[in-house]
Amino acid sequence: MAPRRPKDRAPRRPKDRAALLVIASLVCSTAFAADIPLEQRRSDDAFVSADTRAMQDDDTANPGMLAVLDGETLWQEKAGASGKSCADCHGDAAKSMRGVAVRYPAVLSGQDHPVDLEERINMSRVADQKAAALPFESKNLLALTVYVARQSRGLPIAVADDTRSHTFIAAGRALFNNRQGQLNLSCAQCHDDNWGKRLAGNLVPQAQPTGYPIYRLEWQELGSLQRRLRNCMSAMRAEPYPYEAPELVDLEYFLMWRARGLTMETPAVRP
Amino acid sequence: MARALIHVPATAKRGEIIEIKTLISHVMETGYRIGVTGAPIPRDIITDFVCTYDGEKVFRARLFPAIAANPYITFFTVATASGTLTFSWTDQHGATQVQTAAITVE
Repeated sequence: MAPRRPKDRAPRRPKDRAALLVIASLVCSTAFAADIPLEQRRSDDAFVSADTRAMQDDDTANPGMLAVLDGETLWQEKAGASGKSCADCHGDAAKSMRGVAVRYPAVLSGQDHPVDLEERINMSRVADQKAAALPFESKNLLALTVYVARQSRGLPIAVADDTRSHTFIAAGRALFNNRQGQLNLSCAQCHDDNWGKRLAGNLVPQAQPTGYPIYRLEWQELGSLQRRLRNCMSAMRAEPYPYEAPELVDLEYFLMWRARGLTMETPAVRP
Repeated sequence: MARALIHVPATAKRGEIIEIKTLISHVMETGYRIGVTGAPIPRDIITDFVCTYDGEKVFRARLFPAIAANPYITFFTVATASGTLTFSWTDQHGATQVQTAAITVE
């Protein structure tokens, strides 16, 4: 397996990211032209079979809803030295968490890099509940994340796109356009240039992350966007970034920005 | 055992055919997958599902390793009288989970 080359890592410090932005805007000007036109963007929901779509649309058939129920229980559970549950501060999630998931990833005030929803939940657990962070991709963290994200179902994705976030979105775009792995493919080649066509019999979607965390039939369980990105990188025979790598968060940020305006449908069911 | 989602129509007309949907959270480990140690992960599956309607068995199923995780079982039955539908899932160890749902029949 080829070791990850240093140039594949997106730099974390703002001035390095700024340098990458300049380079990215120079080399990616043609890639910008290959962006899917806004009115042609579709959720990945449009590329799955009718049966899968029906499963997603029925709350009593959607296996992701089982995790939402688990998340609802965890929301009420007291945790950590504080002895508080999420509900003790945030009350009814349907009100307090509505509109939250559509804003993530985000650069929070006082931070110099973006965090995604999973990390934000862990930040609250550690700082506010004085509890241990939940391991990434663990059942409990996914359950809480899907429960929070579910409260934004039906809302348009609206991640921040300002001077602070621009660097990270550009870094994510560079990763999206970067050829990688033994197959030497970039995300853009399939998902910008060939969406709607078939790869090994499967319809290639646009890769719009409108329903994360998703219940993937292949996994037979819920998983995060980071897990899905790592799967894709393995498929390109590239070394996947580890969970919580800044590269993955940057890529998530770019993908959510690319999906701006599309409707959140968490929890989605995907093949 | 686990979370279960049940969909039974709240009301129905007498003699109407109703659709019942059930979904239970269960790993349904087949026993054929090899774990990271190289040894097979032991089988752990639900083996039986029964639905009774006011005590009368209206549907039953035996499940085998071919059934995927989080089994989704749906079936039709006739709404006869107002009462309780009882759903029970039994796994290979003999543990049973029971849930109920009420229906009002006009």
